[in-house]
Amino acid sequence: MAIKVLHQGLATSVQDLGRPGYFHLGIPLGGAMDRLALKAANLLVGNDEGAAGLEAVFIGPKLEFTEDAMVAVTGADMPIKVDGEEKPGWTAFKVKAGQVLTFDFLKTGARIYIAVSGGIDVPLALGSRSTYAIGALGGFKGRPIAIGDELPVGTAGKAVEGKFIPENLRRRPGMPAELRVLPGLYWHRLTDEAGRNFFEDTWKVAPEADRMGYRFRGGRKLDFVDRVPPFGAGSDPSNIVDACYPYGSIQVPGGTEPIILHRDAVSGGGYFMLGTVISADMDLIGQLQPHTPTRFVKVDMETALTARKDRAVLVDQIRALF
Amino acid sequence: MPMRYTFGGDEHLFVECSEEMSLEAFFNSLSMTTGIRESKIKGVTEICPANASFQIKFDPDVIHPDDILKEVQAIEVAAAKSEPVITTRIVEIPVFYNDPWTHETLMRFRERHQEPTGTDLEYAARINDYGSVDDFVAAHSGSPWFVSMVGFVSGLPFMYQMVERQRQIQVPKYLRPRTDTPRLTVGHGGCFGCIYSVRGAGGYQMFGITPMPIYDPTQTTSYLKDFMVFFRPGDIVKFKPIDREAYDQAVEDVDKGRFAPPIREVKFDLREFQKDIDGYNAKLEGVLHGH
Repeated sequence: MAIKVLHQGLATSVQDLGRPGYFHLGIPLGGAMDRLALKAANLLVGNDEGAAGLEAVFIGPKLEFTEDAMVAVTGADMPIKVDGEEKPGWTAFKVKAGQVLTFDFLKTGARIYIAVSGGIDVPLALGSRSTYAIGALGGFKGRPIAIGDELPVGTAGKAVEGKFIPENLRRRPGMPAELRVLPGLYWHRLTDEAGRNFFEDTWKVAPEADRMGYRFRGGRKLDFVDRVPPFGAGSDPSNIVDACYPYGSIQVPGGTEPIILHRDAVSGGGYFMLGTVISADMDLIGQLQPHTPTRFVKVDMETALTARKDRAVLVDQIRALF
Repeated sequence: MPMRYTFGGDEHLFVECSEEMSLEAFFNSLSMTTGIRESKIKGVTEICPANASFQIKFDPDVIHPDDILKEVQAIEVAAAKSEPVITTRIVEIPVFYNDPWTHETLMRFRERHQEPTGTDLEYAARINDYGSVDDFVAAHSGSPWFVSMVGFVSGLPFMYQMVERQRQIQVPKYLRPRTDTPRLTVGHGGCFGCIYSVRGAGGYQMFGITPMPIYDPTQTTSYLKDFMVFFRPGDIVKFKPIDREAYDQAVEDVDKGRFAPPIREVKFDLREFQKDIDGYNAKLEGVLHGH
């Protein structure tokens, strides 16, 4: 069983739930940016929820199936077609040998997750099938998929055609999007006013938004507390001695454009960070389109932990369907 | 100075050992991360040492952030007492300084540089008070460097020059980062040297290129068969200037699987080093060359 890539879309890559354990060497976790969506897609087609699927951003790929398969597409709202016939999202549907899966223009959200019964069966690299393109690691030959590739598919499990994830268990960002942030790390570098402004302003997703990080524009420039630059940090007030970057951390080089690091994060660098997006909201970032108005909402640790539990309950409710 | 503890969201504990860079700060970070690894705190999923700080990733479903904070703080006392001595590796890395590939790249991005008329080497030599590029290269390759962090992307080493602070090479990063840097470029930004493990964006000044791969996801390079990343924090690096002929030969040796970087095991004692830096470095060089 294989899937022939007739068109790759914009940037479509094989992703699972990532490869923990190598961030200390600069190899990030990686994996689906919207993990809930990937898990749901896998469960719908009878896969282990961490099986490898395809993540496509903004534009869907065109895929031909060499054998019958159960398929599910979750995440962003992008019309799905099999030989021109529309299929519902967040729902298991059959694709027959020789049929072609295509997509129309994206409506809302940013990334779709395509799961196929059996999972995309590329070799494991450091314990994961996720594509880390910067390091030419994992996925299909260490890169996003391309026209002419034949993606291997594993052995299918049991799945029920027509099974779907109800609307109330799907999660997507609001408008404006709200991302909850725990201030910390080098928050003390900001003046009180800059700290207030950051949370008051409405920002917009910049075009520079990818698996490594999401950049934002439109808020007021952040001012820093005066200091003598520490040795090794560099002279800009936003510089620090190069340190680790947490996933979800928000750095603001020069105080102008915040960047949230995501699944393919660089593991460290020399810019101060004002805080971190809480784990419960990381999936939402992967569904933000450029120009989406975004508010950062200040929360404390207890709120972050409660939100994490709520999200875990949501995933459990999805699992309970199967 | 006391360590500063702060959370990076609900999954990371970030600890700053010192605001400024020094080998003492690096050793504090190293002894803390070693202590944390050995204590096997439940719920810890990743331990990432950095230059003068470190980061712990944990699973808050397994351990509450308050509890991991307490556990890590408890290690601080013991770590402060630990000897600043490590057994590590010293490795010789050949460098073709002023090579045509980084030269072509730096010319392509000249408008992003502080000094549009010169080269990165000429600029770095001048602002560090060296009379010529040759003198600068002699200083760059004359002392060993400590790998104080591995990261940014795939196995990239940050290296700290093992000389007195007033002799350390310091250069600003490019005014605006480049969108391209040749793979295996030897660069420098702030007080840190680096080797770009993969081709890509970068802001460090570019001094030369090494023929020695330091990251190989295919694991076909002879000395990267066991693991795809060469460097580990605590490694000591000595650069060896080579010319075009030696560079081409080394590239061919790498391709044919017969390139073997000189690597020796060595004990490093920070206190002994601080007492007589030049003398200690001469001894390290002796170990490297087997005397």
